[in-house]
Amino acid sequence: MADLMNVQAHVRLGSNAGQSMTRRDGVLKVTGRAPYAADRQPGGMLHAVTATAGIARGRVAHLDTAAALAHPGVVRVYTPANRPPLAEHPDTKIHGFAWRMEALQDDTVRYAGQPIALVVADTLEAATEGARLLNPRYEAEAPRIGLDGNTPYQPETVSIGRPPSLEAGDMDAARAGAARHLDTVVETAAQYHNALEPHAITAQWFGDRLEIDTPNQAIGLAKQSFATYLGIEPSQILIRSPFLGGGFGSKAILYGAQLLVVLAARDLDRPVKLALRRDQMFGPVGHRPATRQTLRLDLDEHGRIAALDHHTLAVASTFDDFIESASNASHSVYATTAMRTTHSAVRTDTGTPGPMRAPGEAPGSAALEVAIDEAAYALGMDPLAFRLLNYADTDPSTGMEFSSKALRECYERAADLFGWKDRPLEPRTMRQGRLLKGWGMGTAQFPCPMFQAAAHATLRADGSAVVETSAADMGQGAWTALAQIAADGLGIDIDRLEFRSGQSDLPDAGVAGGSGHTATAGTALFNAGADTVRQLADLATNDPASPLFGAGNAGVTARGGRLYRNDDESRSEAYEDILARAGLDLVRGEGKGAREGEAQRAMFSHGGVFAEVLVDPDLGQIRVNRLVGAFAVGRIVNPQLARSQLLGGMIWGVGFALHEEAIHDARTGRFTNNDLAGYHIPVNADIPMIEALTVHEDDPFVNALGIKGVGELGVTGTVGAIANAVWHATGVRPHRFPIHPESLI
Amino acid sequence: MTQTLNLTINGTTQTIALDDPRATLLDVLRERLGLTGTKKGCDRGQCGACTVLIDGRRMNACLALALSHDGAAVTTIEGLAEGDRLHPVQDAFLRHDGFQCGYCTPGQIMSAVALIAEAEAGLDPERVREGMSGNLCRCAAYAGITEAVLDATRTMTREDAA
Amino acid sequence: MNLFDYTRADTLGAAVGAEGALLAGGTNLLDLMKIGVATPSRLVDVTRLPLSQIEDHGGGLRIGAMVRNADLARHPQVLARFPAVAEALLSGASAQLRNAATTGGNVMQSTRCSYFMDPLSPCNRREPGTGCSAIGGETRNHAILGWTSGCIATHPSDLCVALAAFDAVVEIAGPAGTREVPMATFHPLPDANGVPPALAAGEVITHIRLPDPGGMARHARYVKLRERTSFAFAIVSAAAGIAVQDNRIVAARLALGGVAARPWRSTGAEAALLGQPPIETNFARAAELALQGAAPSGNNAAKIVLARRIAVRALTLAAAGTPDRMPALPASVFEGDDHG
Ligand SMILES: Cc1cc2nc3c(=O)[nH]c(=O)nc-3n(C[C@H](O)[C@H](O)[C@H](O)COP(=O)(O)OP(=O)(O)OC[C@H]3O[C@@H](n4cnc5c(N)ncnc54)[C@H](O)[C@@H]3O)c2cc1C
Ligand code: SF4
Ligand code: FES
Ligand code: FES
Repeated sequence: MADLMNVQAHVRLGSNAGQSMTRRDGVLKVTGRAPYAADRQPGGMLHAVTATAGIARGRVAHLDTAAALAHPGVVRVYTPANRPPLAEHPDTKIHGFAWRMEALQDDTVRYAGQPIALVVADTLEAATEGARLLNPRYEAEAPRIGLDGNTPYQPETVSIGRPPSLEAGDMDAARAGAARHLDTVVETAAQYHNALEPHAITAQWFGDRLEIDTPNQAIGLAKQSFATYLGIEPSQILIRSPFLGGGFGSKAILYGAQLLVVLAARDLDRPVKLALRRDQMFGPVGHRPATRQTLRLDLDEHGRIAALDHHTLAVASTFDDFIESASNASHSVYATTAMRTTHSAVRTDTGTPGPMRAPGEAPGSAALEVAIDEAAYALGMDPLAFRLLNYADTDPSTGMEFSSKALRECYERAADLFGWKDRPLEPRTMRQGRLLKGWGMGTAQFPCPMFQAAAHATLRADGSAVVETSAADMGQGAWTALAQIAADGLGIDIDRLEFRSGQSDLPDAGVAGGSGHTATAGTALFNAGADTVRQLADLATNDPASPLFGAGNAGVTARGGRLYRNDDESRSEAYEDILARAGLDLVRGEGKGAREGEAQRAMFSHGGVFAEVLVDPDLGQIRVNRLVGAFAVGRIVNPQLARSQLLGGMIWGVGFALHEEAIHDARTGRFTNNDLAGYHIPVNADIPMIEALTVHEDDPFVNALGIKGVGELGVTGTVGAIANAVWHATGVRPHRFPIHPESLI
Repeated sequence: MTQTLNLTINGTTQTIALDDPRATLLDVLRERLGLTGTKKGCDRGQCGACTVLIDGRRMNACLALALSHDGAAVTTIEGLAEGDRLHPVQDAFLRHDGFQCGYCTPGQIMSAVALIAEAEAGLDPERVREGMSGNLCRCAAYAGITEAVLDATRTMTREDAA
Repeated sequence: MNLFDYTRADTLGAAVGAEGALLAGGTNLLDLMKIGVATPSRLVDVTRLPLSQIEDHGGGLRIGAMVRNADLARHPQVLARFPAVAEALLSGASAQLRNAATTGGNVMQSTRCSYFMDPLSPCNRREPGTGCSAIGGETRNHAILGWTSGCIATHPSDLCVALAAFDAVVEIAGPAGTREVPMATFHPLPDANGVPPALAAGEVITHIRLPDPGGMARHARYVKLRERTSFAFAIVSAAAGIAVQDNRIVAARLALGGVAARPWRSTGAEAALLGQPPIETNFARAAELALQGAAPSGNNAAKIVLARRIAVRALTLAAAGTPDRMPALPASVFEGDDHG
């Protein structure tokens, strides 16, 4: 598996980092040969299917295991009565990134769709029917559903271990001096990641060694977690995750059924495969919870923001503590003399929410951008002029400088291309035939975190190299972008680079999340390459037979598989020759990627997004006719991949604004639309014209490579831009997402 | 009870002893024949990941009862490239970055091959988008997909003319 | 999915009276079997029945029940005489599904009421007498016309709306012989306890017949409001046809979709248009009549407004004339002379 990427099958559009290059895994993907977890078919494999709860709260009183077992092909039925033991309770939070999960520890039901049994059979058909035949009886209690389903409480942390509130500046003084204020309330719906690849796992034991195929965004951490719950050593586990069919946050965290499959495989001594059904992805694998956000903007007589108050009420589960940190999206976007951000939560009978592409930032940005637009209109100002008036030159929440911020340039480029300057201030003034036309904008902003990663680089006698790190490619292009960075670090041409990744016996690449994977794993790979080159330079510059002798290892530059003297470019030597003379088969370097010390600057990617919508005035149907964004994202490793990520994020913004909404029946707690016909995401026809530009940005502070993130940024700003365009088209201000046609008529 | 099923898959006729009448064409391809290029995203006709050509027409293999298609000719993603030579649609998807995670991609490509053969969308991007709307892409590679389909249409029209 | 016996009917004789569920394209039946809503112990595959012809029938057409939705939508005579039928078809589902789905299956497809599709929810339509879970639940997609406390579900088909508008007749073969029912009344409305079946046991739809559309052939449209631009069921929809002579309407057809357990044909609205000039005020009056008696079955009052407006829109577009080429976004409100 790890050598999959030896196929040199990409199309070169340039060389190494900074250049577009088609995906190195592209041929595998367009030919159907890229192996996803559910594609695995070890010999003797059994199929597992979970039975899921049809109530949202209560307990399972009876399961007809006899009926299931009587079905031809069914091999075993696991229930709390016979589930093999685990070394750690599934409700133990073994680390900060562990969610409480259901692995048949007892008969309680805490949300609809929770796994309550696992049926293993010879065929998928038999396992599926076996699960249906369990025909559970329940003792049900009335579920608590929705933002008003329970009494709100004050959480101790939001997101993952972050403080729930922040106050900067003197709110009272700022308000007292303000000329006017504006209140707005925005609601956002529950959303489910719905990666196109359903969560899947294939597990096989070889004695006390366990091999797992499962898509995972944090392979190293997953290995640790499996080991802890199973009571075995991490070294006994190999996880393969070369391709994730999308993750968006939902594949970063373990879920109970994964443990059950591993237990079943050991118990039955056969490989076992499980793939969740689409409806089963609504519950146990996280979601973006519904929010109700209350914003108050106090404005001074010039229209500058004096005070910004952002409160979020978010839906949470009854048994774990992930609180959508939407208010935090207001921390660093606009200048203000004072701000307060707070959160409260309501415990309901749903699966625990989790990070979903731009967690906190997406719903928070949606609400903030609506409020900003309302303020601009109240002041009679152009929305872009209002944003420029309130441009944050330093981070208002901390007073820190930005590591880099080319947001002005983003606004300018995108507004230009869009044609924003012709926008009338008043709503409902533009038409295209019978349709109402409106223009709106929003600011995109997303932080640039870094995690921990390690990598190895090995330069071989023939001048080729292999680099290793357990990165996760969920579509962002790790197989390609990280290889480009690694080749740069090694100073070789990418065609001479073999990249081993996507499995757990490699150095840990950390989590693919927070848009920080390329920066973190990339830094590790670059450093591993640099470490290798350093050793090579040592060899050469200390070798009297080398043309580089005496240059000192800082006196040479690596490029194209050769070292060059900085003071005399005509003197150089090929890696092969240096190794050959030193009598070495290989040189091996190591590297780490992490942010050193406390951040001294505010680090964000930025962008400006402009939307044109058409709205049918009679029927309310909305179409995002044009969507233009310009983004400042630091150094861009591969422009084609970066564009794809940004466009993908923007289209998620379309879905957020217009489509995505998981609906529970409040009486039963069950979903009424837990499938892709009911839970709408954008289709191709929803995206007539979309463009993402990038503006140049050198950031010497964010990390040594100057790389920010591109994965989540596009969602922010876009939702607000669309909502504001809908208002501009119709004069109706959307305060609820998704925007329903009937709310506009 | 085993039933016999004849299918011509990517040009090769096979007689399959079907162990379960419930099997969909998708599960026959993936779980019985090891042709895992065709993907399952929803199993209910709602996503298009399982798109294959049945007797030349694009269909959702997840809603095709295998037994009902006895005798059919099925083309899957595995049957498009000729050795190392990619089909023009595959090549266009690669060059236009018409995918990210790649999970919807086999279905998108099969759908695009059929769309071009249907010859109704031509080079009208709006028609291409509509015609490709039965294939969801959660990564939202729609811009690249549309560019790829248009590009492949041009290439294939040229090839036809030549 | 439960185990079943699979058989294939190669002749109509073998299908008529056969015990078990008829399997056509399977895009609805197999789906319902997967979610445990349909549990037939026997499947009778009717896809090979010799009912795949589209024949001339006077100035109209006779369509075999096995004709696939995609083939029907592309047929030159359908495009020429019944463009609204093609438009309705092309606005439904996806290209893949239309290639599989049959005319008979489309007519017989089940409601998309989410409670009907959830075997854990009591449902009179699924199990008469158990109650209706939709009432008091999530009813955004439910009926505003013809509903009872027994069932408030809608019929989801786009095709049937256009068929009902243009006087289609359903030809049925049964153990007791053949019979015909107008499309507009084929799907039974609910009573207090549930919904009577449209077909008796053993009956098979053999054909759909469409009579000569006369002057409406080039004045027929279908319009569909949906949450996303494509691949979504209708919130509401309308099929309309108009024939005009000397600025007076001489024939009119109007049926609404997404509003009732059947496509809602409104002969009252049609009659009111006769002899009138084809102008918006008259269309609005007709739409008013079409929605007579409409009432929300839950939190869906907005649908009444939407249905009225989409009726006006369909009539207006029909009066303006059918475009020569099928629009790029069939039946979309974003399509038309004023887009792009
Ligand atoms: C994701 C999705 C989206 C969809 N979107 C739309 C949409 O937007 N608009 C729309 O109109 N439809 C839509 N559909 C529904 C689709 O049109 C129907 O599933 C299809 O038309 C059914 O035809 P079939 O041949 O596959 O029927 P089958 O599934 O084979 O059968 C359906 C029913 O009809 C019965 N039946 C079939 N043929 C006959 C016959 N000749 N005589 C008597 N009974 C018969 C069967 O026994 C069964 O009960 C969608 C479906 C899916 C899965
Ligand atoms: S509306 Fe009709 S189909 Fe839906 S639950 Fe009620 S009875 Fe069943
Ligand atoms: S898997 Fe067949 S359409 Fe989704
Ligand atoms: S590429 Fe990931 S779903 Fe389309």
